[in-house]
Amino acid sequence: MADRTWLILGASSPIARAFARLVAGQGARLVLAGRDTDDLNRSAADLRLRGATAVVVESFDAEDSASLDALAASLPRHASPGGLDVFLAFGLMPEQKAMEADPALAARCLTATFLGAAHLLLAIAPMLEAGRAGRVIVLGSVAGDRGRFSNYVYGSAKAGLAAFCSGLRARLYRSGVTLTFAKPGFLDTGMTWGLPGIFYAESPERAATTLLRAALKGKEVLYVPGFWALIMLIIRSVPEKIFKKLSI
Amino acid sequence: MRRKNLLLSGWGRFPSAKSDAFRPEKLSEIAACLRDGDGSILARGAGRSYGDQALNSAGAVVLTERLDRFLSLETEGSTSTLTVEAGISLSAIQRLLIPRGLMLPVSPGTGFATVGGAIANDIHGKNHDADGSFGAHVAWIDLLTASGDVRRLTPDETPRDFWATVGGAGLTGIILAAALRLLKIPSNAVALREERMPDLAAFLNGLRAARAAARFSVGWIDALASGDRIGRGILETADLSAEGVAITPRKAKAIPLNLPTFCLSRSSVTLFNAAYYHRIPRAGRQSLRAIEDFLYPLDALAHWNRLYGKLGFSQFQAVLPDDAAETGLRALLNAVGQGGTASFLAVLKTLGAEGSGLLSFPQPGFTLALDLPRRAETEALLARLEAITLDHGGRIYLAKDSALSAAGFARMYPRLAEFQAIAAEMDPVGRFASDQSRRLNLRGA
Ligand SMILES: Cc1cc2nc3c(=O)[nH]c(=O)nc-3n(C[C@H](O)[C@H](O)[C@H](O)COP(=O)(O)OP(=O)(O)OC[C@H]3O[C@@H](n4cnc5c(N)ncnc54)[C@H](O)[C@@H]3O)c2cc1C
Ligand SMILES: NC(=O)c1ccc[n+]([C@@H]2O[C@H](COP(=O)([O-])OP(=O)(O)OC[C@H]3O[C@@H](n4cnc5c(N)ncnc54)[C@H](OP(=O)(O)O)[C@@H]3O)[C@@H](O)[C@H]2O)c1
Repeated sequence: MADRTWLILGASSPIARAFARLVAGQGARLVLAGRDTDDLNRSAADLRLRGATAVVVESFDAEDSASLDALAASLPRHASPGGLDVFLAFGLMPEQKAMEADPALAARCLTATFLGAAHLLLAIAPMLEAGRAGRVIVLGSVAGDRGRFSNYVYGSAKAGLAAFCSGLRARLYRSGVTLTFAKPGFLDTGMTWGLPGIFYAESPERAATTLLRAALKGKEVLYVPGFWALIMLIIRSVPEKIFKKLSI
Repeated sequence: MRRKNLLLSGWGRFPSAKSDAFRPEKLSEIAACLRDGDGSILARGAGRSYGDQALNSAGAVVLTERLDRFLSLETEGSTSTLTVEAGISLSAIQRLLIPRGLMLPVSPGTGFATVGGAIANDIHGKNHDADGSFGAHVAWIDLLTASGDVRRLTPDETPRDFWATVGGAGLTGIILAAALRLLKIPSNAVALREERMPDLAAFLNGLRAARAAARFSVGWIDALASGDRIGRGILETADLSAEGVAITPRKAKAIPLNLPTFCLSRSSVTLFNAAYYHRIPRAGRQSLRAIEDFLYPLDALAHWNRLYGKLGFSQFQAVLPDDAAETGLRALLNAVGQGGTASFLAVLKTLGAEGSGLLSFPQPGFTLALDLPRRAETEALLARLEAITLDHGGRIYLAKDSALSAAGFARMYPRLAEFQAIAAEMDPVGRFASDQSRRLNLRGA
């Protein structure tokens, strides 16, 4: 891993942090990108001590498109001989009720979760194509499988991301780059902590291990943990006539 | 910040209480816990204290488990210093350090404890005579105080606040980060000697001799032996070894569920304890042992606290001054023996000079720690042990306690009033509190 660079987008997220630790332990180079650079600098120090060959910090805000281009433009400076891999973890999930009351907040959710991600991935794609070997991991969500009463704004952003990634996967395939789209159910992070109805939340460490393994195998799509495939199969198969009456 | 209502207990799984828990993922979120929590608040590390010390059922706790980063490792001249966030575990630190020829100078018997917890109890190891307690090796502490400010405490510039926080049981604020001075080691191993000690007098002599002769020493006592054999057990002494050992990753074993209480019948525990004693040949034995295996022998068995069944257990630990030790320990062991409940191995160690922490436990003498499975009579037994400890000029350790009386505690810790005054300056409104601090009036009546 020492000659490859993992670009971690949304590196302050617990799952991104666990993933960065995992590849740091194998000697990877890392670019940590996100909004909270103070936090990222602390993580950078941690990852160096845990075995990363080199770690740099870059800032961006998914809601600020100029910062996305600036981030993409900075990457050639950090690229290593072995090329670039990408772990995309950023996303924003405000409460559905708050978004219904404030469409501007809903727009922020869509921007941070979908538009920003699509913009950045398009900006990076040429570098990935030139590298001809990369692994891309993008975090979607089970929420994107079907728009639900309780979470359809965020769900639609993740659904958009899923469709986008399916097309991008086909594009990158032609250059030998794989794209793994992961759909977590519940991860044990601040996003789910204390929410009602969370029955099992996967630890960031376990999820990170699953994701790395899937990406190295070039897996296209997976649920994390795997049993969500069954739950979502059921949820997808409920007819709209009935689905519209459910408050899930 | 969202909170989650959790049923929490210490390692002894008694008592347990529901409380709201924040779990900040990063430093910038901790201040929000303090702002959003309305009542009292308390940091909680790995929950390896045994009783009600890391509980705050009348308010909220802040779980530090996600604040677990290494921040720097620096060497200046002959001293190396490690800076970490407070929620990192001691064994994570040792795994980083030992391959680099360094280690934490002081460790408790479990590597799961966090740095925040190690400071808040000013924990001691098997080398207190030689190396003092944890706080003696802390260069600075970053403390989030009740006002929301982060203050850097050092023993030179802010000695009052520093020594109220070291051993301060979480009552002065939330430790965010700390710088720890490290010990250089020649290899990853200790040279270990194990010997049988036939009775208490022999044991105390053995430990006394080890004070000067060995860096580390610890005794495992069969707390169920009676009569002539009272206080018999195994003495382990060790020194850092020039020669290392090959490390085979330990297979984690776990106690999968609460054992039914009959597994802890007096006869089965008697058998276990006797087997533990006879395991060591009469002539003793010597070996090389990986440092982590020597320091944290119980960590190989995950959830071992389930051995005591769903009722849980109380742990008791007291230190008695040298001159009162033999009679006092005999009285404590007799009381436990008559109590009828079975205790697995008890631990006997020596402690050296007192440190500067105002509520720190260590004072010169012999310290005995043992587990008491919770039964109807446990409260009465603990009260009896408190009385014996007081009669012999000893003190009981807050990290292990769930039963002390406030009056007894005040007699054991003469610097309590000084602590209360400083804590009141640092946290005038009394934001920081625990179930234990309320029971023992640690913040003042
Ligand atoms: C098997 C075993 C063996 C042990 N052996 C020893 C031993 O040999 N010597 C010894 O001294 N102790 C020993 N202990 C006790 C243990 O080391 C202490 O209880 C230690 O404090 C546990 O750390 P923790 O992170 O689990 O703290 P917790 O139990 O979570 O909390 C303990 C106290 O520390 C405070 N605290 C925790 N984190 C912070 C923070 N970030 N800021 C402010 N306050 C904080 C809490 O408020 C609470 O008052 C042992 C415990 C076990 C289970
Ligand atoms: N937790 C779950 O159960 C779950 C389930 C399914 C999918 N997911 C997905 O998994 C990913 C990681 O989530 P998480 O659980 O770790 O939650 P999280 O802690 O909320 O992580 C979200 C991350 O996105 C970043 N972010 C938000 N808005 C941003 C913006 N405008 N610009 C740049 N970065 C921004 C955050 O950065 P800051 O630190 O700067 O805020 C943070 O790093 C997300 O994509 C989430 O949608 C999570």
